[in-house]
Amino acid sequence: MRYLPKSPADRKAMLQAIGARSIGDLFAPIPAEYRLERDLKVPRQMAESEIVDWFRERARENGDSYTSFLGAGAYSHYRPVIIDSLISRGEFLTAYTPYQAEISQGTLQAIFEFQTMICELTGMEVANASMYDGSTAAAEAAMMAVRITGRRSVVMARSLHPEYREVLATYAHHQNLPLSTCPFDNSGRLNVQELEKSITSDTACVLIQSPNFLGTIEDISSVAEMAHKKGALLVVSIAEAVSLGIVEPPRQADVIAMEAQSFGVPLGFGGPYCGVIATREQFVRQMPGRLAGQTTDRNGKRGFVLTLATREQHIRREKATSNICTNQALVALMVNIFMTIYGKVGLQELAQQNLAKTAYAAGQFNKQAKLLFSGAPRFNEFVVQTSEDPYAINSRILGHKIVGGLPLRKFYPELGHAALWCCTELTTRSAIDTAVGMVAESERSVKAAKEEVDVQEVSR
Amino acid sequence: MPYPTDYKYTKEHEWIKVDGQNATIGITHHAQEALGDIVFVDLPKIGSEIHSGKAFGSVESVKAVSDLFAPVSGTVTALNGDLATAPEKINKDAHSAWMIKIALKDPAELNSLLSPDDYEKFVAEEG
Amino acid sequence: MKHMTRKATRHVNQNEGLIFEKSSAGKAAWKLPPLDVPEVDASALLGSSARKDLGHMPEVSEIEIIRHFTRLSTWNYAIDLGMYPLGSCTMKYNPRVNELVVRLEGLANGHPYQPEKISQGALRIIRTLSDCLLEITGMDAITLQPAAGAHGELTGLLMVRAYHQSKGAPRKKVLIPDSAHGTNPATAAMVGYAVENLKSNAQGMVDVAALTAQMNEDVAALMLTNPNTLGVFEQEIHKIAEIMHAKGGLLYMDGANMNALVGKVRPGDFGVDVMHLNLHKTFSTPHGGGGPGSGPVAVRQTLEPFLPKPVLVTKPDGTLAFDYDRPQSVGRVRAFYGNFGMFVRALAYILANGPDGLRQTTEDAVLNANYIRKGLEGIYDLPYSTPSMHEVVFSDKLQAKKGVKTMDLAKRLIDYGFHPYTTAFPLIVPGALMIEPTESESKEEMDLFIEAMKSIAEEVEEDPQTVLDAPRSTRVSRLDESAAARKPVLRWKPGT
Repeated sequence: MRYLPKSPADRKAMLQAIGARSIGDLFAPIPAEYRLERDLKVPRQMAESEIVDWFRERARENGDSYTSFLGAGAYSHYRPVIIDSLISRGEFLTAYTPYQAEISQGTLQAIFEFQTMICELTGMEVANASMYDGSTAAAEAAMMAVRITGRRSVVMARSLHPEYREVLATYAHHQNLPLSTCPFDNSGRLNVQELEKSITSDTACVLIQSPNFLGTIEDISSVAEMAHKKGALLVVSIAEAVSLGIVEPPRQADVIAMEAQSFGVPLGFGGPYCGVIATREQFVRQMPGRLAGQTTDRNGKRGFVLTLATREQHIRREKATSNICTNQALVALMVNIFMTIYGKVGLQELAQQNLAKTAYAAGQFNKQAKLLFSGAPRFNEFVVQTSEDPYAINSRILGHKIVGGLPLRKFYPELGHAALWCCTELTTRSAIDTAVGMVAESERSVKAAKEEVDVQEVSR
Repeated sequence: MPYPTDYKYTKEHEWIKVDGQNATIGITHHAQEALGDIVFVDLPKIGSEIHSGKAFGSVESVKAVSDLFAPVSGTVTALNGDLATAPEKINKDAHSAWMIKIALKDPAELNSLLSPDDYEKFVAEEG
Repeated sequence: MKHMTRKATRHVNQNEGLIFEKSSAGKAAWKLPPLDVPEVDASALLGSSARKDLGHMPEVSEIEIIRHFTRLSTWNYAIDLGMYPLGSCTMKYNPRVNELVVRLEGLANGHPYQPEKISQGALRIIRTLSDCLLEITGMDAITLQPAAGAHGELTGLLMVRAYHQSKGAPRKKVLIPDSAHGTNPATAAMVGYAVENLKSNAQGMVDVAALTAQMNEDVAALMLTNPNTLGVFEQEIHKIAEIMHAKGGLLYMDGANMNALVGKVRPGDFGVDVMHLNLHKTFSTPHGGGGPGSGPVAVRQTLEPFLPKPVLVTKPDGTLAFDYDRPQSVGRVRAFYGNFGMFVRALAYILANGPDGLRQTTEDAVLNANYIRKGLEGIYDLPYSTPSMHEVVFSDKLQAKKGVKTMDLAKRLIDYGFHPYTTAFPLIVPGALMIEPTESESKEEMDLFIEAMKSIAEEVEEDPQTVLDAPRSTRVSRLDESAAARKPVLRWKPGT
């Protein structure tokens, strides 16, 4: 097998050196009754060309060259070419976790730069080297608030990504942490009056998302004031990292739990992505995940090491801040390179384009159907309510190789025939116009059918 | 290493110096040696209760964490503020780098602690 | 050094500062196409939410970025350069065809919420990988949702808890051998279980008498790694499983050491109820400097109802779909479906091997570990004489007499051109040297490793300071970890 660097002669020589008659001798510790005497029933060994063909078939079945208006926690942005050029270097791709600092300075310095840029973008004082994804980062941030405050319940916004809320529920259930959900009002923002009622003296934190799942930017100051007044922390989840280019970060938050996928990580059917937790310096010892710190070596030379490791599983064991072991190093490196490429001016321009495309699209949809939640600012997502079921409309749009907005019925049934649309810098005006046109047609048909019925009614 | 004769000791390597109804607590030279460079000390708040034999905080080195166990029960009256910025003081002189001061709850508990000789013997055997 | 190193030598290496130190206003590495929609005024649209300033984010050009990261990369050791003898990490070759197929357009650009009609390719990949992993493990049902091994452990224990809950009571504790990896007790605590330590016997295996004594109706599960972290196969595994099952407990297996078992024996056949796999260990997905990983969890049929949702099913018309109607599910452990990019890579690895390749891989892994064991026996102390499978654990007992510990030996190994072996565990061997070569190592590379380790042992006898001062050939040496922990500097600040 071509990945195995041994010839039959090598194996023979090694068995001799060991003093074993055959390889079977080395598997003698396995009780005979369990030893597999047959081949595994997996597909037969394939040549490299066959492997590529097999996956090309799957890629075709998945349909490519579609324009998508989907967002909802996973965003389609352009990935500059040098990201893959650099992360494909064997020294990054095939390197281990940087526990041996002397021979991992490349990885460690990159992490240190990543941590720095996340702090600059989020307005927080410290950031970790990444968590699995935005959903687990949010859950871990909530757990962090529980540890810091010593309080045992969490209030979460209903406008927090529904799947993030499900993950938090899973984590909280077995730690006996009660969760309550706070509704949004018709501006799309968290209902602050309801929030006031939900926060108790046992609330560890208020957990919101901004821009939230419906695309709306929350009134961070009011929510922060309300939470802090009652001794609770504010945890803000950010799912669309590009928003940080033009939307003021939630500086009044105590912990920010981010999903950095927008920064150069492929959509890849849902993973791997890149969660990050950022917080104030005073909370750093309660923060899970790896941290790279600057130090000097015995000759006074600057270098970097993994630090504050005593929070982690390999030392604390059952008292660890979390059980997390791997982080998302390679994807965090993609994020790092993306942030470096766009930088101070580019990230703002990128966000500006997203804002412009979305404002245009929202405006056009508003002329044909009902645009919800216009009472508060949005970034690159918006909700459109149509007369016809959005699943039906999307079916027809799919024929034009366009994937329409996400129907919201399964998450927010009270919104009726509503769908969540996302526009990024990659969304073309022509795709927007086509989609809007099809929605317009749908509205006309429904109206015409209704008038037909009315006419029939009248003529009876 | 001579262990101060006016202190008492525990098998978890804490020392306690009694002064009437109050006492001062720290960790021994042997403990700091085993831990290595100390980087952080986690102590309870003033006013909190500590209970004999139960953990009341922890001490961290780069590679290890150790719980701090209360030699006796009492209420915390003072913390050594130096340790927040210079935890290495414990490495330099563990027997003077105190951690907490307490008001004793039950002075009888002191009777079950080790004398300096007993502690020295215990350390020699353990090693 | 007494002997010439044949593997590594010095080489001119580029220095490189922090990217912020190169930043200067007006430099740019990006360009966006012109807008095809009207411009907007951000302050007007966003009001007080409009951001004024992006602080000290860098401004650099493309070539500076290329040089920056290329130079940084040359400071790293990597599998592509040579062996990582790290125990229980399974640092095997990361095949490059994996990297190509994961970037195919329809797969790389798939949105997790796109209609099922145009997702059949992705779903078929999930189904095929799932089927292969079930065949390999001998289990009945599987979830690919967990993002890494520790996440898989969490998911597995959540299912254990849900199972016991469905039988009337969740039970209170989990038994964990003292040889276990740190994630095991950390995970048990996260799920709300108390951890009870299980001592190993003189052979380094589970003490069956102790297990019998400690097993009762309060114990939910035993978390076992098999082979264990000493590289030893639990030969009494049938008794262990029986003891657990007799009192209604479950046997959880940490699959970190599957590289010793694939194609030779299946955990489902020897009594395991629930286990996790590490795609980034056994199944060749790249470590990438610390992740991402992927930690699928495979279970017996009795635990199937508790799998995280959604679950992949085949519809009557033959197409694949996600089923969310799972009333007994433990819920979600993450958004979307798992680290799909790692599924593609792991499946490509399985297809490249086939049944014969997988078996040969396992045989070579075990052969390699035993070859190294034989080569170093007598030179380093072997605390347990039990046969090794894919990894071997020595101790620094002989060298400690000269004041040299395992960490020092490990640092000296760096000067010989190798990454150190694992020093941090298993905790039951003080001063451990935990070595797992994997099947990816040639006889040549292993002979160089054995020679290096022999040479270091000689240095300990003749001139221990050489070892204590190591590494001497690296860019930085013996970084001050105490200072880094006492006064953590976790970001660059302007003016520094």
